[in-house]
Amino acid sequence: MSYIKKPVARHPSLRPNALGLTIRDYEGSMSTLCAGCGHDSITAAIVRALYELDVPPHMLAKLSGIGCSSKTPTYFVSGAHGFNSAHGRMPAIATGANAANRALLYIGVSGDGDSLSIGLGQMVHAMRRNLRMLYVIENNGVYGLTKGQFSASSDIGSKSKRGEANTQPPIDPVMLALDIGATYVARSFSGDKAQLVPILKGALRHNGFALVDVISPCVTFNDHEGSTKSYLYTRKHQLPIVQADFVPPAAEIRAEYAPGTVHEVRMHDGSTLQLHKVGPDYDPTDRRAAWSFLSERQRSGEIPTGLLYLDESGSDMHAAAKTVSRPLAQMPFEELCPGEAALRKLQDAYR
Amino acid sequence: MKTKVNDFAFKLANVNGTGSASANGLLMQAIFRMGIPVSGKNLFPSNIQGLPTWYEIRVNKDGHTARTSEYDLMVAMNAETFARDVKEVRSGGWVLYDSTKPLDKALVRPDVTFLGVPYAKLCGEAWTDDRQRTLMKNICYVGTLAALLGIDMEVVSGMLDEKFSRKPALLESNHKAIEIGRRYALENLPCPLPLRLEKMDATRDAILIDGNTAAALGCVYAGATVAAWYPITPSTSVMDGFKSFCERYRLDKATGERKYCIVQAEDELAAIGMVIGASWMGARSFTSTSGPGISLMNELIGLAYYAEIPAVIVDVQRVGPSTGMPTRTQQGDILLCAYASHGDTKHIVLFPSDPNECFQFAVKSFDLAERFQTPVFMLTDLDIGMNDWVVPRLEWDDTYRPDRGRVLSREDLEKMPKFYRYSPEDELGVAARTLPGVHARGAFFTRGSGHNKLGGYTEIPDEYQEVVDRLRRKHDAAKEHVPAPVFVERPGAAVGVVTLGGCDRAVREALERLDARGVRADFMRVRGFPFGKAVEDFLREHEVVFVVEQNRDAQLRSLLVLETEAPKEKLRSVLAYGGFPLQANQVVDGIMKQLRTGADA
Ligand SMILES: Cc1ncc(C[n+]2csc(CCOP(=O)(O)OP(=O)(O)O)c2C)c(N)n1
Ligand code: SF4
Ligand SMILES: [Mg+2]
Repeated sequence: MSYIKKPVARHPSLRPNALGLTIRDYEGSMSTLCAGCGHDSITAAIVRALYELDVPPHMLAKLSGIGCSSKTPTYFVSGAHGFNSAHGRMPAIATGANAANRALLYIGVSGDGDSLSIGLGQMVHAMRRNLRMLYVIENNGVYGLTKGQFSASSDIGSKSKRGEANTQPPIDPVMLALDIGATYVARSFSGDKAQLVPILKGALRHNGFALVDVISPCVTFNDHEGSTKSYLYTRKHQLPIVQADFVPPAAEIRAEYAPGTVHEVRMHDGSTLQLHKVGPDYDPTDRRAAWSFLSERQRSGEIPTGLLYLDESGSDMHAAAKTVSRPLAQMPFEELCPGEAALRKLQDAYR
Repeated sequence: MKTKVNDFAFKLANVNGTGSASANGLLMQAIFRMGIPVSGKNLFPSNIQGLPTWYEIRVNKDGHTARTSEYDLMVAMNAETFARDVKEVRSGGWVLYDSTKPLDKALVRPDVTFLGVPYAKLCGEAWTDDRQRTLMKNICYVGTLAALLGIDMEVVSGMLDEKFSRKPALLESNHKAIEIGRRYALENLPCPLPLRLEKMDATRDAILIDGNTAAALGCVYAGATVAAWYPITPSTSVMDGFKSFCERYRLDKATGERKYCIVQAEDELAAIGMVIGASWMGARSFTSTSGPGISLMNELIGLAYYAEIPAVIVDVQRVGPSTGMPTRTQQGDILLCAYASHGDTKHIVLFPSDPNECFQFAVKSFDLAERFQTPVFMLTDLDIGMNDWVVPRLEWDDTYRPDRGRVLSREDLEKMPKFYRYSPEDELGVAARTLPGVHARGAFFTRGSGHNKLGGYTEIPDEYQEVVDRLRRKHDAAKEHVPAPVFVERPGAAVGVVTLGGCDRAVREALERLDARGVRADFMRVRGFPFGKAVEDFLREHEVVFVVEQNRDAQLRSLLVLETEAPKEKLRSVLAYGGFPLQANQVVDGIMKQLRTGADA
């Protein structure tokens, strides 16, 4: 909705990035979500991550399904093409788009209903293909847009606004992703920008499918007492495990940590992710250990957050498909059509 | 009895999974190479091994190669179906059977000649391996038929040499099997029968190809780069074909990398989503499926329609509803495709009649999808898609360039102060689109939710209606851009006959037969929806119009009633929907019955 005029209030400290763009250039139209909705904080984190990564707006494709969360791509980077698709179907649209143009950067924004119920199949298959994209689940444990039904991420015993307790076990996207073989798995909290922004930056530079599950409270339908996805509950139970620092290519690594508490992972574009263990002993590159650690902690009611697992060595969908490096969508017709002589020759085999 | 030269039909009854397909294909190809118009219909079960399967071959010097069930000869190789196979032969015909075991007297028909060859015994003596014995029995009967019908042995030998040039052991055993079957026939049977194949010159400029392969080739020639699909009979060989043609024509010479991307999706919901995503990016992209897949795709087809994103969908129809009969043919998806998805939706649908048109229309589908920025269906069926057809050679014009429709380039956008996705429109009701990755000024938010002509979200009635009214105009404008109908006119014809797709050959043959009986009918085969002026004119100019199609509910007729000015009363239906390809006699009978009973038929 770029034709809607935004209030122009220039912050004096608006510094341009390497492309000469300010953070304003990464914003979108005005949000129409409820004031205080966690989703808006995630939008702000995405804006910052893209700005800091110097992403050219037109080289970004932002996609979503249907839900309050899925509305948010309108609220960031108006210079990027967006696609608000159908409920639970964003992964397929993103897969086709990526198949056709591998040169773009892909962000998919989804909700817990969008991803864990109607779109569960498509999401895990995108993981399985290791589609190169940042996939954000704005997880509020509820169907916001349809006004407050339980979602598949609601915890057992978590209460709805009307006091009804959920009885079915949740599907945990992080555990699922670890199980399916996703190569970048993180969980964060919309209220923790310091943790979220570097996670998003790493995800945008990851050479494969990056799942970022962000607890994002729904102030209207799921922020009351008894809910396990409220601001209060999340703040109380959040257990930061791994803090990620994103270091761009050729930049100097400045943060210093005690030996043995840091993993450095080189990303395929030359940047580095410094993974600093702030919690108990934990190896974010060991899938099995991560899985058992997380399941144990979660059973005891904690919400472990951070960049929980990373494998930068996997091959993405295109590598597996052996596609040419140039985007297929830009391939000249002359290179695609075998021509009349070939057709004539071919048909000798159909005699 | 009078000898029938190049005008008869025979049926082969086999057990699925015993290698009969290659033997039957060999027969069909040999006849084709003798220059005789021929068709082969594979009537196969939904099964991998063990169930009965049939193959029918019809030769006709006048080119009438629609299916016929008047069999002059039955090759009864399946003990399980022997009784009913024998019953199907016309009176005065022949049954070729395996006489290793004595014939059950109860099954013998006095009006049919039984020709016994002890295939099991002969093959048992010639080979030691059980699997080979089974396979070679089939090749053996090819030799017998060569002797009985006068198939050119030079042609048969040549084909075997080509087919097994790299497998000398197989080559030898195939030659041996043919010879065993042929020698036995020459020594023991009344060769040749008064059913005779004689060389002609009617297939010189033709090829033998199935519609799925031809459609796949069309997609390659159209420049499709992204294909997404989920396996389903009878469409699977479209993607098999696309893959093998791409492996042949689309590898980067220097690196061996692929200039295509085929994704086997998790289901059809995802397959169509991928096509839409790729088309949104500007690639030519398609999916191939059958009825159940279209049912699943409905939601996103509506998204592509409303957001105006091209998509090409090849629907190889099979028998519905539900799982129906997956290996049988029908034209039951006409209405499903014309109006796929909820809300007011209408699509462009093309109806090829044979593999040659599958090739042409595949290319056309992409041009229309991009010109009109909308999904386009190419509706074929199992008969067209999976059977080999004799069709004119495929032609290609090297000056062809894809019609990409209205797409703004970087330079265009540089010059524009502002871009709006859904206006201004051109005379076809189409607005220019932009592709991601080109220019920030071309960026907009594609959405399936209510939008106004500027591309913004709306819930305002007038703004919403303005857009959907244009979509309606756009669909109307496509009617003179889809392939025009084809006609066969007969001077003084009283009635008109309308048909579509794979009914073509049976209907043309039927109209010749009716003509011989003094009933003259004009013929029109529609080749695309929406219907253009030529369709309206034909319907208006005939007092009575018979609509011939292969479904229970007269779907083409319904579409004509809904989408043309023609009064419902004058459109009469002739329907065949049991699952086998249409026959001329079904059309003749259907029309004659209604003409006899008068106006209220
Ligand atoms: C096929 C289909 N079924 C149902 C809906 C209705 N619907 C819209 S959004 C939604 C749930 C959204 O929940 P979630 O993905 O968690 O997003 P949130 O609003 O909580 O951010 C549902 C069921 C729909 N749009 N499409
Ligand atoms: S309903 Fe909930 S999820 Fe939706 S905008 Fe309001 S707070 Fe956010
Ligand atoms: Mg939700």
